[in-house]
Amino acid sequence: MIKIDIDRCDLCGTCVGVCPVDCLELSEQVLTVNQGTCTACGKCVIICPMAALTLAESQG
Amino acid sequence: MQDKYDIIVVGGGPAGSTAAKWAAMSGAAVALFEKDREIGIPVRCAEATAMDDLKKYVEVDESWFATIIDRVRFISPAGIPVEVNLPIEGVVLKRRILDNDLAIQAASEGAEVFTKAYVHSVEFNPGDYAKVKVKHIGEERIVKARIVIAADGVESRIARFAGIRTQYALKDVESCVQILAGNIQLPPNRIDIYISERWAPGGYVWVFPKSSCSANIGLGVIGNKIKTESPMQLLNKFLREIYPDVASIATVAGGVPVACSLKTIARDGLLIVGDAARQTNPVSGGGILAALHSGKLAGEVAGKAIHKNDPTISTLKEYQLAWDKTVGKEYRRFYRIKEWIQTLPDEYFDEMANLLTKLKPDEITLSKIFKLAVKNKPSLLFDVMRVFAGY
Repeated sequence: MIKIDIDRCDLCGTCVGVCPVDCLELSEQVLTVNQGTCTACGKCVIICPMAALTLAESQG
Repeated sequence: MQDKYDIIVVGGGPAGSTAAKWAAMSGAAVALFEKDREIGIPVRCAEATAMDDLKKYVEVDESWFATIIDRVRFISPAGIPVEVNLPIEGVVLKRRILDNDLAIQAASEGAEVFTKAYVHSVEFNPGDYAKVKVKHIGEERIVKARIVIAADGVESRIARFAGIRTQYALKDVESCVQILAGNIQLPPNRIDIYISERWAPGGYVWVFPKSSCSANIGLGVIGNKIKTESPMQLLNKFLREIYPDVASIATVAGGVPVACSLKTIARDGLLIVGDAARQTNPVSGGGILAALHSGKLAGEVAGKAIHKNDPTISTLKEYQLAWDKTVGKEYRRFYRIKEWIQTLPDEYFDEMANLLTKLKPDEITLSKIFKLAVKNKPSLLFDVMRVFAGY
């Protein structure tokens, strides 16, 4: 699963642009991830200019 | 806000505002939705562009200009500077003011502008109105439109609701960070470009003066060349080494398309413009001129489609055709150059810089640099020369 560090996130939307399954969404105030459709491919983690996204082990 | 419009533009950057303006000028009922609270903020842009090209698309206002540029200095990986006169007049913009003014122009032509208007999703219905789900200052609305113009930037989500795959490959997007630097002295007529795999793999570092005592300092790293250090860490490293005393007045991050434009930029009831359509110069990453160009084309074609009562691809394809044979064609050439530059090692740039320093400063021109650069790859010479013919 993808973890978002909201203190680092600049709300730039670059991650949304590379997400192959369209599971990231950026509204005015917040970036959210749909963990259900996320395939943990890690592209958003790589592209984030602020290193605000990390790939974490899903629980359970 | 009305329940329906002829045309809804999603995104209030230069492409969106320009599209809204030209669509409104045709007499269509137009709404522009911007998700942020103010158009023009934050500025995710290095802000440099070419004056003559800018003047092609808008009546320019001096309040948009921070500095006028006539020189460029390239700094090779080993730190060898090569300074050149620009063959064109450059300008570092005040995007905040420019973007504001473009939205005001759209509004003056009759477009209704809404900020804090976030579009969740769009249901495209061929032959019928599209349903745009928008949250405007906390209130959920469904607003109908005959044509949606997607100007939603690098995220490019709106077109996905029409089934168009807008996602970038990592090699086609640069991950960028920039600070507005204070406590810095530099000539206000010169931009600096640092090339080095150590600071900006596959991209470059820019130092663009906003005045004689402030500058946009930023860098972009090509997505597939990002290793352990994030662009933010790389920029901090650059600042520590080259500008250790600057104050960071603002920090912004962003993604810059360095791709070929999307193949499909028009569908029944949909046009895609600007960064959302990957319409940027793939060598420089510059997107302002393409945004103004495509925004105008799209606005005019959408207005015409409403006038003809035909919001389908049979009229809207005129936008695609017009883009493909103008700037789109140029940028396909530039993409080949970008792909080639990606293959060059640091040593290559140092060798070039060394050769150039043997020339007298007046003898160094941009075209000479590029001719020298392609000496091992003459097939690209034609493409490179086109770079200097515009855009």
